[in-house]
Amino acid sequence: MTDKLSKDPAPTPSGSGSPATPYEAIKAVPVRHYGRWISAVVVVVLLGWLVYAFSQGNIIWDTVWDKLFDSSIIDGLWNTIIISVASMALGLVLGIVFAVMRLSKNPVTGAVAWLYIWFFRGTPVYVQLLVWFNLSLIFEYINLGPIYKNETVDVMTPFMVALLGLGLNEGAYMAEIVRAGIQSVDEGQTEAAHALGMSQTKTMRRIVLPQAMRVIVPPTGNEFINMLKTSSLVSAVQYTELLRASSNIGSTSSAVMEMLFVASIWYLALTSVFSVGQYYLERRFARGSLRSLPPTPWQRVKTNLTTFKRSPEATR
Amino acid sequence: MTGQLMVKAEGVHKSYGPAHILRGIDLEVRSGEVFCLVGPSGSGKSTFLRCINHLERIDGGRLSVDGELVGYRQKGDKLYELKDSEVAAQRRDIGMVFQRFNLFPHMTALANVMEAPVQVKGESKAVARERAERLLDRVGLGDKMGNYPSQLSGGQQQRVAIARALAMEPKLMLFDEPTSALDPELVGDVLDVMRDLAESGMTMIVVTHEMGFAREVGDSLVFMDGGVVVESGHPREVLGNPQHDRTKAFLSKVL
Ligand SMILES: Nc1ncnc2c1ncn2[C@@H]1O[C@H](COP(=O)(O)OP(=O)(O)OP(=O)(O)O)[C@@H](O)[C@H]1O
Ligand SMILES: [Mg+2]
Repeated sequence: MTDKLSKDPAPTPSGSGSPATPYEAIKAVPVRHYGRWISAVVVVVLLGWLVYAFSQGNIIWDTVWDKLFDSSIIDGLWNTIIISVASMALGLVLGIVFAVMRLSKNPVTGAVAWLYIWFFRGTPVYVQLLVWFNLSLIFEYINLGPIYKNETVDVMTPFMVALLGLGLNEGAYMAEIVRAGIQSVDEGQTEAAHALGMSQTKTMRRIVLPQAMRVIVPPTGNEFINMLKTSSLVSAVQYTELLRASSNIGSTSSAVMEMLFVASIWYLALTSVFSVGQYYLERRFARGSLRSLPPTPWQRVKTNLTTFKRSPEATR
Repeated sequence: MTGQLMVKAEGVHKSYGPAHILRGIDLEVRSGEVFCLVGPSGSGKSTFLRCINHLERIDGGRLSVDGELVGYRQKGDKLYELKDSEVAAQRRDIGMVFQRFNLFPHMTALANVMEAPVQVKGESKAVARERAERLLDRVGLGDKMGNYPSQLSGGQQQRVAIARALAMEPKLMLFDEPTSALDPELVGDVLDVMRDLAESGMTMIVVTHEMGFAREVGDSLVFMDGGVVVESGHPREVLGNPQHDRTKAFLSKVL
Protein backbone atom coordinates (compact mmCIF):
# COMPACT_ATOMS: atom_id res chain seq x y z
CA MET A 1 0.00 0.00 0.00
CA THR A 2 2.58 2.50 1.05
CA ASP A 3 4.84 1.76 -1.88
CA LYS A 4 2.00 2.58 -4.24
CA LEU A 5 1.68 6.03 -2.75
CA SER A 6 5.36 6.80 -3.02
CA LYS A 7 5.60 5.63 -6.64
CA ASP A 8 6.12 8.27 -9.23
CA PRO A 9 2.79 9.01 -10.84
CA ALA A 10 4.23 9.84 -14.26
CA PRO A 11 4.82 6.44 -15.91
CA THR A 12 1.52 4.58 -15.94
CA PRO A 13 1.73 0.79 -15.94
CA SER A 14 2.14 -0.64 -19.41
CA GLY A 15 -1.06 -1.92 -20.94
CA SER A 16 -3.35 0.65 -19.37
CA GLY A 17 -3.17 2.88 -22.40
CA SER A 18 -1.51 6.21 -23.13
CA PRO A 19 0.65 7.96 -20.56
CA ALA A 20 -1.15 10.49 -18.34
CA THR A 21 -1.57 13.83 -20.05
CA PRO A 22 -0.33 16.86 -18.12
CA TYR A 23 -3.16 18.89 -16.69
CA GLU A 24 -3.64 22.44 -15.54
CA ALA A 25 -4.09 22.83 -11.78
CA ILE A 26 -7.37 24.51 -10.79
CA LYS A 27 -7.01 28.12 -9.74
CA ALA A 28 -9.82 29.25 -7.47
CA VAL A 29 -10.32 31.79 -4.72
CA PRO A 30 -10.14 29.81 -1.46
CA VAL A 31 -12.87 30.15 1.17
CA ARG A 32 -11.91 32.80 3.72
CA HIS A 33 -12.03 31.49 7.27
CA TYR A 34 -12.58 34.73 9.18
CA GLY A 35 -13.57 32.89 12.36
CA ARG A 36 -10.20 31.14 12.43
CA TRP A 37 -8.35 34.41 12.14
CA ILE A 38 -10.31 36.06 14.90
CA SER A 39 -9.94 33.17 17.33
CA ALA A 40 -6.21 32.97 16.58
CA VAL A 41 -5.76 36.65 17.38
CA VAL A 42 -7.75 36.35 20.62
CA VAL A 43 -5.70 33.38 21.76
CA VAL A 44 -2.38 35.04 20.95
CA VAL A 45 -3.37 38.18 22.83
CA LEU A 46 -4.40 36.21 25.89
CA LEU A 47 -1.17 34.24 25.77
CA GLY A 48 0.91 37.39 25.48
CA TRP A 49 -0.91 38.88 28.44
CA LEU A 50 -0.18 35.76 30.52
CA VAL A 51 3.51 35.81 29.65
CA TYR A 52 3.68 39.52 30.45
CA ALA A 53 1.99 38.99 33.82
CA PHE A 54 4.51 36.36 34.80
CA SER A 55 7.45 38.43 33.65
CA GLN A 56 6.20 41.34 35.80
CA GLY A 57 5.32 39.14 38.76
CA ASN A 58 7.55 38.93 41.77
CA ILE A 59 9.54 36.00 40.42
CA ILE A 60 13.28 35.90 40.11
CA TRP A 61 13.67 33.88 36.92
CA ASP A 62 17.43 33.69 37.31
CA THR A 63 16.90 31.66 40.48
CA VAL A 64 14.83 29.21 38.48
CA TRP A 65 17.59 28.68 35.93
CA ASP A 66 20.27 28.62 38.65
CA LYS A 67 18.59 25.97 40.73
CA LEU A 68 17.40 23.85 37.82
CA PHE A 69 20.58 21.75 37.89
CA ASP A 70 21.32 22.10 41.58
CA SER A 71 22.76 18.82 42.86
CA SER A 72 20.02 18.30 45.43
CA ILE A 73 17.41 18.86 42.75
CA ILE A 74 19.09 16.31 40.52
CA ASP A 75 19.17 13.87 43.45
CA GLY A 76 15.49 14.48 43.99
CA LEU A 77 14.85 13.97 40.30
CA TRP A 78 16.62 10.62 40.45
CA ASN A 79 14.61 9.61 43.48
CA THR A 80 11.41 10.51 41.67
CA ILE A 81 12.44 8.34 38.73
CA ILE A 82 13.52 5.48 40.98
CA ILE A 83 10.39 5.44 43.11
CA SER A 84 8.13 5.80 40.06
CA VAL A 85 9.79 2.98 38.16
CA ALA A 86 9.98 0.72 41.22
CA SER A 87 6.36 1.35 42.20
CA MET A 88 5.22 0.87 38.62
CA ALA A 89 7.14 -2.40 38.39
CA LEU A 90 5.62 -3.60 41.64
CA GLY A 91 2.20 -2.46 40.44
CA LEU A 92 2.61 -4.28 37.14
CA VAL A 93 3.60 -7.56 38.79
CA LEU A 94 0.79 -7.31 41.32
CA GLY A 95 -1.58 -6.30 38.55
CA ILE A 96 -0.81 -9.39 36.48
CA VAL A 97 -1.01 -11.67 39.52
CA PHE A 98 -4.30 -10.26 40.73
CA ALA A 99 -5.81 -10.11 37.25
CA VAL A 100 -5.04 -13.79 36.71
CA MET A 101 -6.37 -14.58 40.19
CA ARG A 102 -9.50 -12.61 39.49
CA LEU A 103 -10.12 -14.54 36.27
CA SER A 104 -9.27 -17.94 37.73
CA LYS A 105 -11.96 -20.53 38.29
CA ASN A 106 -10.96 -20.83 41.93
CA PRO A 107 -13.54 -18.81 43.92
CA VAL A 108 -11.16 -18.14 46.81
CA THR A 109 -8.41 -16.53 44.73
CA GLY A 110 -11.07 -14.65 42.80
CA ALA A 111 -12.54 -13.25 46.02
CA VAL A 112 -9.12 -12.33 47.40
CA ALA A 113 -8.28 -10.44 44.23
CA TRP A 114 -11.64 -8.70 44.31
CA LEU A 115 -11.03 -7.67 47.94
CA TYR A 116 -7.56 -6.34 47.16
CA ILE A 117 -8.82 -4.25 44.26
CA TRP A 118 -11.80 -3.07 46.24
CA PHE A 119 -9.64 -1.85 49.13
CA PHE A 120 -6.67 -0.34 47.35
CA ARG A 121 -8.73 1.34 44.67
CA GLY A 122 -11.35 2.51 47.09
CA THR A 123 -9.15 4.46 49.48
CA PRO A 124 -7.02 7.51 48.62
CA VAL A 125 -3.39 6.76 47.92
CA TYR A 126 -2.43 9.57 50.30
CA VAL A 127 -4.21 7.79 53.15
CA GLN A 128 -2.51 4.52 52.21
CA LEU A 129 0.87 6.21 52.33
CA LEU A 130 0.15 7.59 55.79
CA VAL A 131 -0.98 4.15 56.98
CA TRP A 132 2.29 2.55 55.87
CA PHE A 133 4.19 5.47 57.37
CA ASN A 134 2.54 4.99 60.74
CA LEU A 135 2.58 1.21 60.73
CA SER A 136 4.92 1.12 63.69
CA LEU A 137 2.16 2.63 65.83
CA ILE A 138 0.27 -0.64 65.73
CA PHE A 139 2.98 -3.21 64.96
CA GLU A 140 6.16 -2.70 66.88
CA TYR A 141 7.79 -5.68 65.20
CA ILE A 142 7.47 -7.24 61.81
CA ASN A 143 7.57 -10.92 62.65
CA LEU A 144 7.48 -13.53 59.95
CA GLY A 145 8.01 -16.44 62.32
CA PRO A 146 11.43 -18.02 62.07
CA ILE A 147 12.30 -16.41 58.74
CA TYR A 148 12.43 -12.77 59.62
CA LYS A 149 11.95 -10.44 62.51
CA ASN A 150 12.79 -6.78 62.79
CA GLU A 151 11.57 -3.57 64.30
CA THR A 152 8.96 -1.96 62.12
CA VAL A 153 10.65 1.44 62.20
CA ASP A 154 13.83 -0.13 60.79
CA VAL A 155 11.99 -1.81 57.93
CA MET A 156 9.74 1.09 57.06
CA THR A 157 12.30 3.42 55.58
CA PRO A 158 10.85 6.31 53.60
CA PHE A 159 11.65 4.35 50.43
CA MET A 160 9.79 1.26 51.65
CA VAL A 161 6.81 3.33 52.72
CA ALA A 162 6.72 5.07 49.37
CA LEU A 163 7.16 1.82 47.44
CA LEU A 164 4.46 -0.04 49.33
CA GLY A 165 2.08 2.89 49.27
CA LEU A 166 2.39 3.66 45.58
CA GLY A 167 3.02 0.10 44.37
CA LEU A 168 0.12 -1.59 46.13
CA ASN A 169 -2.21 1.17 45.04
CA GLU A 170 -0.99 0.94 41.48
CA GLY A 171 -1.38 -2.84 41.57
CA ALA A 172 -5.11 -2.47 42.05
CA TYR A 173 -5.44 -0.22 39.00
CA MET A 174 -3.12 -2.38 36.92
CA ALA A 175 -5.11 -5.49 37.84
CA GLU A 176 -8.17 -3.99 36.21
CA ILE A 177 -6.19 -2.91 33.15
CA VAL A 178 -4.57 -6.32 32.77
CA ARG A 179 -7.90 -8.05 33.25
CA ALA A 180 -9.46 -5.98 30.47
CA GLY A 181 -6.45 -6.85 28.29
CA ILE A 182 -6.70 -10.58 28.95
CA GLN A 183 -10.42 -10.56 28.29
CA SER A 184 -9.89 -8.76 25.01
CA VAL A 185 -8.03 -11.77 23.59
CA ASP A 186 -10.23 -14.05 21.53
CA GLU A 187 -11.11 -17.33 23.24
CA GLY A 188 -10.10 -19.17 20.10
CA GLN A 189 -6.50 -18.31 20.93
CA THR A 190 -6.63 -20.17 24.23
CA GLU A 191 -8.36 -23.08 22.55
CA ALA A 192 -5.80 -23.27 19.80
CA ALA A 193 -2.97 -23.23 22.35
CA HIS A 194 -4.63 -25.89 24.48
CA ALA A 195 -5.29 -28.01 21.42
CA LEU A 196 -1.56 -27.92 20.73
CA GLY A 197 -0.93 -29.30 24.21
CA MET A 198 0.24 -26.09 25.84
CA SER A 199 -0.29 -25.81 29.60
CA GLN A 200 -2.40 -23.10 31.22
CA THR A 201 0.66 -21.10 32.27
CA LYS A 202 2.40 -21.41 28.91
CA THR A 203 -0.79 -20.36 27.16
CA MET A 204 -1.10 -17.32 29.37
CA ARG A 205 2.55 -16.32 29.05
CA ARG A 206 3.21 -17.09 25.40
CA ILE A 207 -0.17 -16.55 23.73
CA VAL A 208 -2.61 -14.51 25.79
CA LEU A 209 -0.46 -11.91 27.57
CA PRO A 210 1.53 -10.85 24.48
CA GLN A 211 -1.74 -10.15 22.69
CA ALA A 212 -3.27 -8.52 25.73
CA MET A 213 -0.31 -6.12 25.72
CA ARG A 214 -1.82 -4.21 22.83
CA VAL A 215 -4.74 -3.32 25.06
CA ILE A 216 -2.66 -3.07 28.25
CA VAL A 217 0.18 -0.81 27.09
CA PRO A 218 -1.64 2.46 26.27
CA PRO A 219 -3.45 2.82 29.63
CA THR A 220 -0.31 1.60 31.40
CA GLY A 221 1.59 4.46 29.82
CA ASN A 222 -0.99 6.83 31.22
CA GLU A 223 -0.67 5.15 34.60
CA PHE A 224 3.08 5.67 34.51
CA ILE A 225 2.74 9.34 33.62
CA ASN A 226 0.31 9.63 36.52
CA MET A 227 2.78 7.81 38.72
CA LEU A 228 5.55 10.28 37.91
CA LYS A 229 3.30 13.03 39.20
CA THR A 230 1.61 11.14 42.04
CA SER A 231 5.04 10.29 43.41
CA SER A 232 5.18 13.91 44.58
CA LEU A 233 2.80 12.82 47.37
CA VAL A 234 5.52 10.73 49.00
CA SER A 235 7.25 13.92 50.06
CA ALA A 236 4.74 13.69 52.91
CA VAL A 237 6.35 10.49 54.17
CA GLN A 238 9.88 11.87 54.30
CA TYR A 239 11.07 10.50 50.98
CA THR A 240 13.19 13.19 49.33
CA GLU A 241 11.98 13.17 45.77
CA LEU A 242 11.83 16.05 43.32
CA LEU A 243 9.09 18.07 45.02
CA ARG A 244 10.55 17.68 48.48
CA ALA A 245 14.04 18.56 47.27
CA SER A 246 12.64 21.66 45.57
CA SER A 247 10.59 22.84 48.52
CA ASN A 248 13.51 22.22 50.88
CA ILE A 249 15.48 24.80 48.94
CA GLY A 250 12.38 26.95 48.53
CA SER A 251 11.70 27.28 52.24
CA THR A 252 15.32 27.98 53.22
CA SER A 253 15.98 30.54 50.49
CA SER A 254 12.46 31.99 50.45
CA ALA A 255 12.13 31.23 46.76
CA VAL A 256 8.97 29.15 47.10
CA MET A 257 7.43 29.94 43.74
CA GLU A 258 10.74 29.70 41.89
CA MET A 259 11.37 26.22 43.24
CA LEU A 260 7.86 25.10 42.32
CA PHE A 261 8.66 26.20 38.79
CA VAL A 262 11.88 24.21 38.90
CA ALA A 263 9.93 21.13 39.94
CA SER A 264 7.30 21.71 37.27
CA ILE A 265 9.91 22.04 34.55
CA TRP A 266 11.39 18.70 35.53
CA TYR A 267 8.01 17.00 35.76
CA LEU A 268 7.18 18.28 32.29
CA ALA A 269 10.52 17.04 31.00
CA LEU A 270 9.96 13.59 32.50
CA THR A 271 6.45 13.18 31.19
CA SER A 272 7.44 14.46 27.73
CA VAL A 273 10.36 12.09 27.41
CA PHE A 274 8.21 9.23 28.55
CA SER A 275 5.39 10.06 26.14
CA VAL A 276 7.79 9.60 23.24
CA GLY A 277 8.89 6.26 24.66
CA GLN A 278 5.26 5.26 25.02
CA TYR A 279 4.63 5.91 21.34
CA TYR A 280 7.35 3.49 20.29
CA LEU A 281 6.27 0.92 22.85
CA GLU A 282 2.71 0.95 21.56
CA ARG A 283 3.99 0.63 18.05
CA ARG A 284 5.99 -2.45 19.00
CA PHE A 285 3.00 -4.21 20.52
CA ALA A 286 0.82 -3.43 17.53
CA ARG A 287 3.00 -5.90 15.64
CA GLY A 288 0.89 -8.42 13.77
CA SER A 289 -2.40 -6.71 14.47
CA LEU A 290 -2.02 -4.24 11.65
CA ARG A 291 -1.12 -5.09 8.10
CA SER A 292 1.58 -2.44 8.12
CA LEU A 293 2.74 -0.43 11.09
CA PRO A 294 2.03 3.31 11.10
CA PRO A 295 5.12 5.34 10.28
CA THR A 296 7.14 6.78 13.14
CA PRO A 297 7.16 10.60 13.31
CA TRP A 298 10.67 10.55 11.88
CA GLN A 299 9.60 8.33 8.97
CA ARG A 300 6.68 10.67 8.38
CA VAL A 301 9.02 13.66 8.21
CA LYS A 302 11.20 11.82 5.72
CA THR A 303 8.30 10.90 3.43
CA ASN A 304 6.97 14.42 3.69
CA LEU A 305 10.33 15.74 2.56
CA THR A 306 10.65 13.34 -0.35
CA THR A 307 7.08 13.79 -1.56
CA PHE A 308 7.15 17.53 -1.06
CA LYS A 309 7.66 18.25 -4.72
CA ARG A 310 4.66 16.21 -5.78
CA SER A 311 2.24 18.35 -3.87
CA PRO A 312 -0.73 17.99 -6.26
CA GLU A 313 -0.83 14.29 -5.50
CA ALA A 314 -0.07 14.62 -1.82
CA THR A 315 -2.71 17.20 -1.08
CA ARG A 316 -5.49 15.28 -2.74
CA MET B 1 -6.70 -48.88 4.80
CA THR B 2 -8.41 -49.96 8.00
CA GLY B 3 -5.97 -50.35 10.84
CA GLN B 4 -6.60 -50.60 14.54
CA LEU B 5 -9.08 -48.49 16.43
CA MET B 6 -8.07 -44.84 16.78
CA VAL B 7 -11.21 -43.26 18.22
CA LYS B 8 -14.00 -45.10 19.95
CA ALA B 9 -17.12 -43.37 21.23
CA GLU B 10 -19.72 -45.28 23.20
CA GLY B 11 -22.88 -43.51 24.22
CA VAL B 12 -21.24 -40.09 24.53
CA HIS B 13 -23.46 -37.47 26.16
CA LYS B 14 -22.84 -33.79 26.61
CA SER B 15 -25.04 -31.03 28.00
CA TYR B 16 -24.58 -27.32 28.42
CA GLY B 17 -26.71 -26.63 31.46
CA PRO B 18 -30.21 -27.73 30.52
CA ALA B 19 -29.38 -28.07 26.81
CA HIS B 20 -28.71 -31.72 26.02
CA ILE B 21 -26.48 -31.46 22.95
CA LEU B 22 -24.94 -34.90 22.42
CA ARG B 23 -27.44 -37.66 23.11
CA GLY B 24 -25.46 -40.84 22.92
CA ILE B 25 -22.93 -40.89 20.12
CA ASP B 26 -21.52 -44.26 19.09
CA LEU B 27 -18.83 -44.42 16.46
CA GLU B 28 -15.46 -45.90 15.64
CA VAL B 29 -12.65 -44.37 13.65
CA ARG B 30 -9.86 -46.63 12.46
CA SER B 31 -6.26 -45.68 12.04
CA GLY B 32 -5.50 -44.23 8.62
CA GLU B 33 -9.13 -43.47 7.94
CA VAL B 34 -10.63 -40.23 6.68
CA PHE B 35 -13.79 -39.95 8.68
CA CYS B 36 -16.34 -37.33 7.62
CA LEU B 37 -18.93 -35.85 9.94
CA VAL B 38 -21.86 -34.05 8.35
CA GLY B 39 -25.12 -32.70 9.63
CA PRO B 40 -27.23 -29.60 9.98
CA SER B 41 -26.12 -26.60 11.99
CA GLY B 42 -26.48 -27.09 15.71
CA SER B 43 -26.46 -30.87 15.50
CA GLY B 44 -23.40 -31.05 17.78
CA LYS B 45 -20.62 -31.79 15.29
CA SER B 46 -18.23 -29.18 16.69
CA THR B 47 -19.12 -30.15 20.21
CA PHE B 48 -18.28 -33.79 19.55
CA LEU B 49 -15.00 -32.86 17.87
CA ARG B 50 -14.04 -30.71 20.84
CA CYS B 51 -14.80 -33.57 23.20
CA ILE B 52 -12.27 -35.74 21.40
CA ASN B 53 -9.39 -33.57 22.57
CA HIS B 54 -11.10 -32.66 25.81
CA LEU B 55 -11.71 -29.02 25.04
CA GLU B 56 -15.13 -30.03 26.36
CA ARG B 57 -15.72 -32.58 29.07
CA ILE B 58 -18.22 -35.34 28.33
CA ASP B 59 -21.01 -36.00 30.81
CA GLY B 60 -21.76 -39.58 29.98
CA GLY B 61 -20.48 -42.59 28.05
CA ARG B 62 -16.95 -43.48 27.10
CA LEU B 63 -14.60 -41.81 24.67
CA SER B 64 -11.14 -43.10 23.96
CA VAL B 65 -8.35 -42.20 21.58
CA ASP B 66 -5.78 -44.81 20.68
CA GLY B 67 -6.95 -47.01 23.54
CA GLU B 68 -6.69 -44.26 26.19
CA LEU B 69 -9.74 -42.70 27.79
CA VAL B 70 -9.96 -38.99 27.04
CA GLY B 71 -9.62 -36.91 30.19
CA TYR B 72 -9.89 -39.82 32.64
CA ARG B 73 -7.95 -42.72 34.01
CA GLN B 74 -9.68 -45.94 34.94
CA LYS B 75 -8.64 -47.92 37.99
CA GLY B 76 -10.84 -50.87 38.71
CA ASP B 77 -14.32 -49.61 37.95
CA LYS B 78 -13.59 -46.09 39.14
CA LEU B 79 -12.78 -43.11 36.94
CA TYR B 80 -10.23 -40.51 37.97
CA GLU B 81 -10.03 -37.13 36.31
CA LEU B 82 -6.69 -36.37 34.75
CA LYS B 83 -4.64 -33.41 35.90
CA ASP B 84 -4.30 -30.42 33.59
CA SER B 85 -0.78 -31.48 32.66
CA GLU B 86 -1.96 -34.99 31.77
CA VAL B 87 -4.78 -33.63 29.63
CA ALA B 88 -2.25 -31.40 27.88
CA ALA B 89 -0.07 -34.45 27.25
CA GLN B 90 -3.01 -36.26 25.63
CA ARG B 91 -3.72 -33.31 23.38
CA ARG B 92 -0.19 -33.26 22.00
CA ASP B 93 -0.97 -36.24 19.82
CA ILE B 94 -4.19 -34.76 18.45
CA GLY B 95 -4.03 -31.89 15.98
CA MET B 96 -6.97 -29.57 15.55
CA VAL B 97 -7.85 -27.16 12.78
CA PHE B 98 -10.52 -24.57 13.46
CA GLN B 99 -13.09 -22.94 11.25
CA ARG B 100 -11.69 -19.51 12.11
CA PHE B 101 -8.01 -20.57 11.87
CA ASN B 102 -7.06 -19.19 15.31
CA LEU B 103 -3.49 -18.50 14.28
CA PHE B 104 -1.45 -16.57 16.82
CA PRO B 105 -1.57 -13.05 15.35
CA HIS B 106 1.54 -11.79 17.15
CA MET B 107 3.76 -14.39 15.52
CA THR B 108 4.89 -14.93 11.96
CA ALA B 109 3.71 -17.99 10.06
CA LEU B 110 7.02 -19.69 10.81
CA ALA B 111 6.85 -18.85 14.52
CA ASN B 112 3.27 -20.12 14.66
CA VAL B 113 4.39 -23.49 13.39
CA MET B 114 7.49 -23.60 15.62
CA GLU B 115 5.72 -22.54 18.81
CA ALA B 116 4.30 -25.82 20.09
CA PRO B 117 7.29 -28.09 19.33
CA VAL B 118 9.62 -25.65 21.11
CA GLN B 119 7.34 -24.77 24.03
CA VAL B 120 5.60 -28.08 24.56
CA LYS B 121 8.09 -30.70 23.47
CA GLY B 122 11.15 -28.68 24.40
CA GLU B 123 12.58 -29.17 20.95
CA SER B 124 15.57 -27.06 19.93
CA LYS B 125 14.80 -24.03 17.79
CA ALA B 126 16.94 -25.32 14.95
CA VAL B 127 15.12 -28.64 14.72
CA ALA B 128 11.71 -27.01 15.06
CA ARG B 129 12.56 -24.42 12.42
CA GLU B 130 13.74 -27.03 10.00
CA ARG B 131 10.52 -29.00 10.33
CA ALA B 132 8.38 -25.85 10.23
CA GLU B 133 10.01 -24.77 6.98
CA ARG B 134 9.45 -28.21 5.50
CA LEU B 135 5.79 -28.20 6.55
CA LEU B 136 5.14 -24.70 5.25
CA ASP B 137 6.73 -25.76 1.99
CA ARG B 138 4.47 -28.76 1.90
CA VAL B 139 1.33 -26.63 2.26
CA GLY B 140 2.62 -24.33 -0.48
CA LEU B 141 3.67 -21.39 1.66
CA GLY B 142 7.43 -21.60 1.44
CA ASP B 143 7.57 -17.96 0.39
CA LYS B 144 5.27 -16.63 3.14
CA MET B 145 7.08 -17.84 6.25
CA GLY B 146 7.89 -14.35 7.52
CA ASN B 147 4.35 -13.03 7.12
CA TYR B 148 2.10 -12.32 10.06
CA PRO B 149 -1.37 -13.89 9.87
CA SER B 150 -2.93 -10.50 9.09
CA GLN B 151 -0.75 -10.41 5.99
CA LEU B 152 -2.10 -13.72 4.67
CA SER B 153 -5.32 -14.59 2.89
CA GLY B 154 -7.85 -16.81 4.63
CA GLY B 155 -6.81 -19.84 2.64
CA GLN B 156 -3.16 -19.22 3.40
CA GLN B 157 -3.93 -18.78 7.09
CA GLN B 158 -5.78 -22.07 7.17
CA ARG B 159 -2.86 -23.84 5.52
CA VAL B 160 -0.52 -22.36 8.13
CA ALA B 161 -2.93 -23.64 10.78
CA ILE B 162 -2.73 -27.13 9.28
CA ALA B 163 1.07 -26.95 9.26
CA ARG B 164 1.01 -25.76 12.86
CA ALA B 165 -1.04 -28.78 13.91
CA LEU B 166 1.17 -31.16 11.90
CA ALA B 167 4.29 -29.80 13.56
CA MET B 168 3.39 -31.76 16.71
CA GLU B 169 3.40 -34.93 14.60
CA PRO B 170 -0.07 -35.95 15.71
CA LYS B 171 -1.56 -39.39 15.21
CA LEU B 172 -5.01 -37.90 14.68
CA MET B 173 -6.15 -34.69 13.03
CA LEU B 174 -9.49 -33.01 13.72
CA PHE B 175 -10.87 -30.55 11.19
CA ASP B 176 -13.85 -28.39 12.14
CA GLU B 177 -15.28 -26.97 8.93
CA PRO B 178 -11.84 -25.89 7.78
CA THR B 179 -13.11 -24.29 4.59
CA SER B 180 -16.41 -22.70 5.56
CA ALA B 181 -14.89 -19.32 6.46
CA LEU B 182 -13.14 -19.12 3.09
CA ASP B 183 -13.98 -17.45 -0.18
CA PRO B 184 -14.97 -20.11 -2.73
CA GLU B 185 -11.83 -19.68 -4.81
CA LEU B 186 -9.61 -20.32 -1.78
CA VAL B 187 -11.32 -23.54 -0.72
CA GLY B 188 -9.51 -25.65 -3.30
CA ASP B 189 -6.03 -24.94 -1.95
CA VAL B 190 -6.97 -26.06 1.54
CA LEU B 191 -8.76 -29.16 0.30
CA ASP B 192 -5.69 -30.04 -1.77
CA VAL B 193 -3.56 -29.96 1.35
CA MET B 194 -6.05 -32.14 3.19
CA ARG B 195 -6.23 -34.58 0.31
CA ASP B 196 -2.46 -34.80 0.31
CA LEU B 197 -2.51 -35.42 4.04
CA ALA B 198 -5.10 -38.17 3.64
CA GLU B 199 -2.97 -39.87 1.02
CA SER B 200 -0.03 -39.85 3.40
CA GLY B 201 -2.07 -42.06 5.72
CA MET B 202 -3.09 -39.56 8.41
CA THR B 203 -6.14 -40.43 10.47
CA MET B 204 -8.54 -37.54 10.01
CA ILE B 205 -11.94 -36.61 11.37
CA VAL B 206 -13.40 -33.92 9.17
CA VAL B 207 -16.53 -31.91 9.87
CA THR B 208 -17.42 -30.49 6.50
CA HIS B 209 -20.09 -29.25 4.16
CA GLU B 210 -17.87 -30.10 1.17
CA MET B 211 -19.73 -33.16 -0.03
CA GLY B 212 -17.44 -33.46 -3.04
CA PHE B 213 -14.44 -33.81 -0.75
CA ALA B 214 -16.27 -36.31 1.47
CA ARG B 215 -17.25 -38.46 -1.48
CA GLU B 216 -13.83 -38.40 -3.05
CA VAL B 217 -11.48 -38.59 -0.08
CA GLY B 218 -13.60 -39.95 2.76
CA ASP B 219 -13.46 -43.56 3.86
CA SER B 220 -16.54 -43.36 6.01
CA LEU B 221 -19.18 -40.79 6.73
CA VAL B 222 -21.54 -40.17 9.58
CA PHE B 223 -24.65 -38.08 9.37
CA MET B 224 -25.53 -36.48 12.69
CA ASP B 225 -28.71 -34.70 13.67
CA GLY B 226 -30.03 -33.61 17.04
CA GLY B 227 -27.03 -35.00 18.88
CA VAL B 228 -27.28 -38.57 17.59
CA VAL B 229 -25.81 -40.50 14.69
CA VAL B 230 -28.60 -40.93 12.21
CA GLU B 231 -26.83 -42.82 9.49
CA SER B 232 -23.32 -43.98 8.70
CA GLY B 233 -21.46 -45.87 6.04
CA HIS B 234 -19.22 -45.33 3.06
CA PRO B 235 -19.56 -41.74 1.82
CA ARG B 236 -20.68 -42.79 -1.64
CA GLU B 237 -23.44 -44.97 -0.14
CA VAL B 238 -24.73 -42.47 2.38
CA LEU B 239 -24.54 -39.54 -0.02
CA GLY B 240 -25.74 -41.44 -3.07
CA ASN B 241 -28.40 -43.57 -1.48
CA PRO B 242 -29.48 -42.15 1.89
CA GLN B 243 -31.80 -44.43 3.86
CA HIS B 244 -33.13 -42.05 6.42
CA ASP B 245 -35.60 -39.23 5.80
CA ARG B 246 -33.60 -36.71 7.80
CA THR B 247 -30.49 -37.53 5.80
CA LYS B 248 -32.42 -37.14 2.57
CA ALA B 249 -33.84 -33.80 3.67
CA PHE B 250 -30.41 -32.52 4.67
CA LEU B 251 -28.67 -33.73 1.52
CA SER B 252 -31.31 -32.24 -0.74
CA LYS B 253 -30.40 -28.87 0.75
CA VAL B 254 -26.62 -29.07 0.50
CA LEU B 255 -26.06 -31.05 -2.67
N1 LIG C 1 -20.38 -23.29 25.18
C1 LIG C 1 -21.68 -23.51 24.90
N2 LIG C 1 -22.64 -23.19 25.78
C2 LIG C 1 -23.94 -23.43 25.52
N3 LIG C 1 -24.39 -23.98 24.38
C3 LIG C 1 -23.49 -24.31 23.45
C4 LIG C 1 -22.09 -24.10 23.65
N4 LIG C 1 -21.42 -24.53 22.55
C5 LIG C 1 -22.36 -24.98 21.73
N5 LIG C 1 -23.61 -24.87 22.24
C6 LIG C 1 -24.87 -25.29 21.62
O1 LIG C 1 -24.72 -26.62 21.25
C7 LIG C 1 -25.39 -26.88 20.02
C8 LIG C 1 -24.47 -27.63 19.08
O2 LIG C 1 -23.39 -26.77 18.73
P1 LIG C 1 -22.24 -27.21 17.74
O3 LIG C 1 -21.33 -26.07 17.63
O4 LIG C 1 -21.69 -28.49 18.20
O5 LIG C 1 -23.05 -27.41 16.40
P2 LIG C 1 -22.49 -27.78 14.96
O6 LIG C 1 -23.12 -29.07 14.57
O7 LIG C 1 -21.02 -27.68 14.97
O8 LIG C 1 -23.11 -26.62 14.09
P3 LIG C 1 -22.44 -25.75 12.92
O9 LIG C 1 -22.57 -26.54 11.67
O10 LIG C 1 -23.30 -24.52 12.89
O11 LIG C 1 -21.04 -25.47 13.32
C9 LIG C 1 -25.86 -25.55 19.49
O12 LIG C 1 -27.25 -25.46 19.71
C10 LIG C 1 -25.14 -24.54 20.34
O13 LIG C 1 -25.95 -23.43 20.57
MG1 LIG D 1 -19.59 -26.28 14.21
